[in-house]
Amino acid sequence: MSWQGWLQILIYVAVLTALTPLLGGYMARVYMGRRVALERVLGPVERGFYRAVRTDPAREQDWKRYGRTVLVFSALFWLVLYAILRLQGSLPFNPLRFGGAPWNVTFNTTSSFITNTNWQYYGGETTMSFFSQMAGLAVQNFVSAAVGMAVLAAVIRGFARRETTKLGNFWVDLTRSLLYILLPLSIVGTLLLVSQGVVQTLTGSVSLTTLNGFEQVLALGPVASQIAIKQLGTNGGGFFNVNSAFPFENATTFSNFVEMLFILLIPAAATYQYGRMIGRPRQGWALYIAMLLMLAIGLGNAYHQEARATPALTAAGVHATADGGNLQDKEQRFGVANSALWSTATTAASNGSVNAAQESFSGFGGMTPLVNMMTGEVIFGGVGSGLYGMLLVVLLTVFLAGLMVGRTPEYLGKKLQAREVKLVAIGTLYMPVVVLIAAALAIATPAGKQSIYDAGPQGFSETVYAYTSQTNNNGSAFAGYTGFVQPNAPGNDGATGVPFADLVGGFCMLLGRFIPLLAALAVAGSLAAKRPAPAGPGTFRTDSPIFLMLLVGVVVIVAALSFLPALALGPIVQGLTNQLF
Amino acid sequence: MRRDIVGSVVAIVVLTISLGLVYPLVMTGVAQVAFHDQANGSQVERDGKVVGSSLIGQDFRRPVLDANGRPKVDEDGNPVLEADPAWFQSRPSQTDYSANVTFFSNLGPDQKDLADQVKANLDAYLALERPYTPGLTADRVPVDAVTSSASGVDPHISTANARIQANRIAAVRRAPLDRVLALVRQHTDGRGLGVLGEPGVNVLGLNLAVDKEFPLR
Repeated sequence: MSWQGWLQILIYVAVLTALTPLLGGYMARVYMGRRVALERVLGPVERGFYRAVRTDPAREQDWKRYGRTVLVFSALFWLVLYAILRLQGSLPFNPLRFGGAPWNVTFNTTSSFITNTNWQYYGGETTMSFFSQMAGLAVQNFVSAAVGMAVLAAVIRGFARRETTKLGNFWVDLTRSLLYILLPLSIVGTLLLVSQGVVQTLTGSVSLTTLNGFEQVLALGPVASQIAIKQLGTNGGGFFNVNSAFPFENATTFSNFVEMLFILLIPAAATYQYGRMIGRPRQGWALYIAMLLMLAIGLGNAYHQEARATPALTAAGVHATADGGNLQDKEQRFGVANSALWSTATTAASNGSVNAAQESFSGFGGMTPLVNMMTGEVIFGGVGSGLYGMLLVVLLTVFLAGLMVGRTPEYLGKKLQAREVKLVAIGTLYMPVVVLIAAALAIATPAGKQSIYDAGPQGFSETVYAYTSQTNNNGSAFAGYTGFVQPNAPGNDGATGVPFADLVGGFCMLLGRFIPLLAALAVAGSLAAKRPAPAGPGTFRTDSPIFLMLLVGVVVIVAALSFLPALALGPIVQGLTNQLF
Repeated sequence: MRRDIVGSVVAIVVLTISLGLVYPLVMTGVAQVAFHDQANGSQVERDGKVVGSSLIGQDFRRPVLDANGRPKVDEDGNPVLEADPAWFQSRPSQTDYSANVTFFSNLGPDQKDLADQVKANLDAYLALERPYTPGLTADRVPVDAVTSSASGVDPHISTANARIQANRIAAVRRAPLDRVLALVRQHTDGRGLGVLGEPGVNVLGLNLAVDKEFPLR
């Protein structure tokens, strides 16, 4: 570890913290229906869209109707995306003449992008036409992010309002997310990235002869416009197979900083947005601090571990120094500090993009991304989904605190009753259940084991990582898992895939997206109906340091109870021995 | 339900066209005008011909010849390559420096295959550099020189790595070492804004400069 590395990390945290109230305050205005400056230009577009989808923006929905609109919209978009990907051979913008991928891979990819996961069983530059990338996948980068942000806005209203059933209008929340938050930030991001060398063209590729006489083909494409929203919307699906390690996707140390900032920008701002919308900014900051604390612990571990040699490097006789560290599958310009920071941020948020291969992290170093996901993506988490997930954990914490002191638990003055607590339990505990069942199936059956690439405990880690990542809608991978079926010849019709992994993973992603989404909406619906009681002397404060510690404790304990045995068989055993496999 | 379906269908069409076509195409247009070179892959030309991209690393090895002067091939029929002493060498690549088919090595921290690969890289590096850098030992070899990068086309090597290779380049090209080291410094990309990332030497840029000033006969 070097002081320059820590300095960069400090700068990152400082910039993120400074932007949180600025963007968060703006986002609160957007969702509270206040007028924002961009409306002067885009107001007519917004109103035109409401007319086109035949909604009256003043008519709000209760939680059931809101949830139903989300489901119908997502299901129909799923069908459209599936069709685009399968039919890409007959669609325009296909300079490299790629055919469609088989049904099983396409099922996985479609579910992946609809659910904001962006798990990729395909290699972008060798299988996807520009039409699929732009009009199929990148559209979902916007839309799945906006759906998450819309649902969060509705859930927050449930916490903030009293004695009503109405949570908002889905179409309004969706449109305002896209028009006033995601699109403007993406345009700024695109220009910043292109200025650094991230490519943006409709030319398929350039062939050349290198200085020493080799043929080299530069894969190009409309990359920057997709990468900006991929980072911003916690999507993470790369244009290229090696994601943001590839220089045309992440060209310089500055583009790297912008892309890392974009990972946590909106999830962090959402904490402040929350504080403003419920009229208690301290509550928002309390969540921000709890999240930052958990991020810092994971980051410290990852940086510390990656600055040292792995067993394989030691066995080879390499002297990995502090400023070199474990550079296997890492880029020189990013070094270990930025690789560790990116890896921590991308798994804390449910982003999943990478600038270095997660698989080549050391045993303990690889635990940071894995454990971040195992917390249920509540350390900032996905855009929208991270905070509504965290709010469920907050309610769980309040409930546990209530049990300890023997008082009826209440949050923001609203009493939690059996219905809310049951919903909270479903919304938080479905995740370990799905992950562990899927991983157990995959490790115990020949069809599942077919996907494993590395020998020994690393193969087990690959499997657990794959289903943890997909169920939590993250999308990062120990990419050896089914990686060997990736095509390695240009013009290939697409990965053939492994049907078992494609299907189980696909269902994990769908469950992981829609169970907590509906649980959070249902909780919000029932909280909205309650009448808050004024705080009394016995009220447990939820913006105090004690509550923060309790909250972090609950996150850690739930994850540890669920996953410690699995971790012990994979990364922990790898971290403790120098044995090679 | 019917209202939801009708609204969704309209929304899907509108969003696909606006976010999926208008947004990327407009951004392409703006990028092509405002940042033409960067948007097209930062291509580098020499004598009017494109020889690479300043962002993409290249293969500076050469074919190994057999006793009859023909290129040697391995059991898969691929040519056997070795480092060409006349050039600064890029980091090892798991993709043979492919810039259109990318993948990670996907070798975990405790894989024997990885240890073997890194060991082979280390031996090759020592064999190449030791004649020009006497006393070079394994513990002085920079990690970046023997590990493959994430992209397979890392354009940079560490400054420590470049300084070791400079001894060889100076000897092979009969150039003053001071001048070669000056070129190394010139082609070192510092930390972004003075603080971000790690310094790295751009291998293609450096080799172009070296070849211009000290061409092979």
